[in-house]
Amino acid sequence: MSRGVATAAPEARVGPAARPRVWSALIDRPEWLGSLMIAPAVLYIVLVVGVPFFLALYYSLSDITMGSRTLGFVGLDNFASVVRTSKFKTALWNTFVFAISAQVAVMVLANILALALIKDFRGKWLVRLLILLPWVAPISLGTIGWLWILDSTYSVLNWTLEALGFVPEYGGFMWLGVPHLAMGSVVAIHVWRILPLATVIILAGLTSIPHDIHDAAQVDGAGFWRHTFQITLPLIRPILLVAGLFGLVLAFTDMIVIFVLTRGGPYDTTQVLASLAFFTGIQAGDLAEGAAIAVFLFPLLVAVAILFLRVARRTEVV
Amino acid sequence: MATVETRAVTKVFGDVRAVDGVDVATKEGEFLVLLGPSGCGKTTLLRMIAGLEQPTSGEILIGGQVVNELPPRARKIAMVFQSYALYPHMRVFDNIAFPLKAQGVPRVDIPGKVQWAAGLFGITHLLQRKPRQLSGGERQRVALARALVREPSVFLLDEPLSNLDAKLRASARDELQQFQRRIATTTIYVTHDQVEAMGLGDRIAVMQGGRVRQIGTPQDVYDEPADTFVAGFLGSPPMNLVPAGDVLVGFRPEHFLPAGAQDGAAVVRLPFRVTRVEYLGADRICYGVLEGRFAEAKVTAKLPSTLSTRVEPGRTHEFAVREKDLRFFETASGLRTTPRPL
Repeated sequence: MSRGVATAAPEARVGPAARPRVWSALIDRPEWLGSLMIAPAVLYIVLVVGVPFFLALYYSLSDITMGSRTLGFVGLDNFASVVRTSKFKTALWNTFVFAISAQVAVMVLANILALALIKDFRGKWLVRLLILLPWVAPISLGTIGWLWILDSTYSVLNWTLEALGFVPEYGGFMWLGVPHLAMGSVVAIHVWRILPLATVIILAGLTSIPHDIHDAAQVDGAGFWRHTFQITLPLIRPILLVAGLFGLVLAFTDMIVIFVLTRGGPYDTTQVLASLAFFTGIQAGDLAEGAAIAVFLFPLLVAVAILFLRVARRTEVV
Repeated sequence: MATVETRAVTKVFGDVRAVDGVDVATKEGEFLVLLGPSGCGKTTLLRMIAGLEQPTSGEILIGGQVVNELPPRARKIAMVFQSYALYPHMRVFDNIAFPLKAQGVPRVDIPGKVQWAAGLFGITHLLQRKPRQLSGGERQRVALARALVREPSVFLLDEPLSNLDAKLRASARDELQQFQRRIATTTIYVTHDQVEAMGLGDRIAVMQGGRVRQIGTPQDVYDEPADTFVAGFLGSPPMNLVPAGDVLVGFRPEHFLPAGAQDGAAVVRLPFRVTRVEYLGADRICYGVLEGRFAEAKVTAKLPSTLSTRVEPGRTHEFAVREKDLRFFETASGLRTTPRPL
């Protein structure tokens, strides 16, 4: 009798009750639960980042063009043909000039800003808000604003310089029309855009330093420079490296500022690999060559990322 | 070497008077302890002496010179922080060398001085380590060595023992005092621990609510408390305070003994209904209330283990205090007043 009950009961529950049992089995086992919880994130990364990236990698090794229906494998032919062009060489050089000069400026300015903003003063929140604004505004919108500020005819900047007597009337600069000025302008606007994020990251690092350490340095007799360069900056070095890494990768791969302001001009003097890839692959329709340009710097950036992260881990202090 | 003096020093944060008109003066080479509960303003006072906080009003003098406008580095002081505040990215050697470099000591002299300071605290073998590789006690020694290395004229110590475990704290206290006697540098030491204060200080300044309630030798503040706060803050258990008309009568638990145990001298007899007895090994602590004249006043008695009188909870015993051990305080102000017959 008792045996009959024991076997009958589970059978009776098969059906609607079976589903909750599978769930509870999943949820009660940490190894399954962990995988389950992380699955959406993994799926997201695979679909949104992984698939397009590997597609681009494959495109760079194929003969695909926009409108063609073939997808033949051609090995490294695209790379071989693209690196020979002067357009590519110019863009490669410009990419390094753009990314490194922008990032150096960002790191210097963000450190100065963060060191100033960590101090207490009246209206600190307002200054912090203003500094964060470029980051919260849509990039293209902000950049279009700059397009007007730097316009050859209606430039507010030129008008101001004229009004202050720094340049003669109608003698304003063609900010985006002269090679070196154009590069300077796109670098400056890119710095304007990245600065808030870098500042906030460094501020977070600065607030994590215990106040006693600063007090001790003061009592020990450290002046401003010694305090900054021997105590404060070394203590936030891991965070500086992370901020630097993010900024550098963004500067190497981003084209919004350049696309809106100069479209790579004048005469390709502000053309970088990211914008060249877009113009070649999307606008000119040569998907394969565009992909080859786009992934050209990938190995270098991966190497930079690994190097930065290793150094950051080695310098972890606490 | 120098003395430290504060004149009517006040510090106001918002509408809180953290330090309220404090006058304290150290003697040459003295070990002065600032003692008080948390939030009494002792650390703020120390930080103002160090120059890390600016007083709202009042003057701070080091070596007879007003230093209000001087930055910390110009005050010839050294400070040890509660957290030790070692520079985590520097080796012990560089930590100790840092104040020397900052002071512009010639490069060739630095290793010798670091070795000397490290030798004093027995940490020469740790010079190549980073602070995170050290134990609490070792970190504390490094902090002391860093403070000592530039031979300051005043030492400021902010609860330097509170992060050590109880056993280590006792031995560190001993070392600290011997060391201070040897170098004979004026030292101001902040703590909330009365045992530390009594054991270390040449004099103790008891603080509460931003004010100094009493300053004196450990015997002074313990035996002759200036007010009910000092009487209640020092001693474990604290002084018994019993209302008697317009005054409070105070007596230490260890002076409140069974009548038979009090020898010869004039005594005040007090019937004591014991409610609870704690046996602590060296002592017995008896809690209860008085009967008769001071009915229902809660008091404590501390009987040494050498006293074998039976004391049972729930019964009334005849206890007594010697008249010379009674202290009198005004009920309204809490201040000490003249003895009067009970």
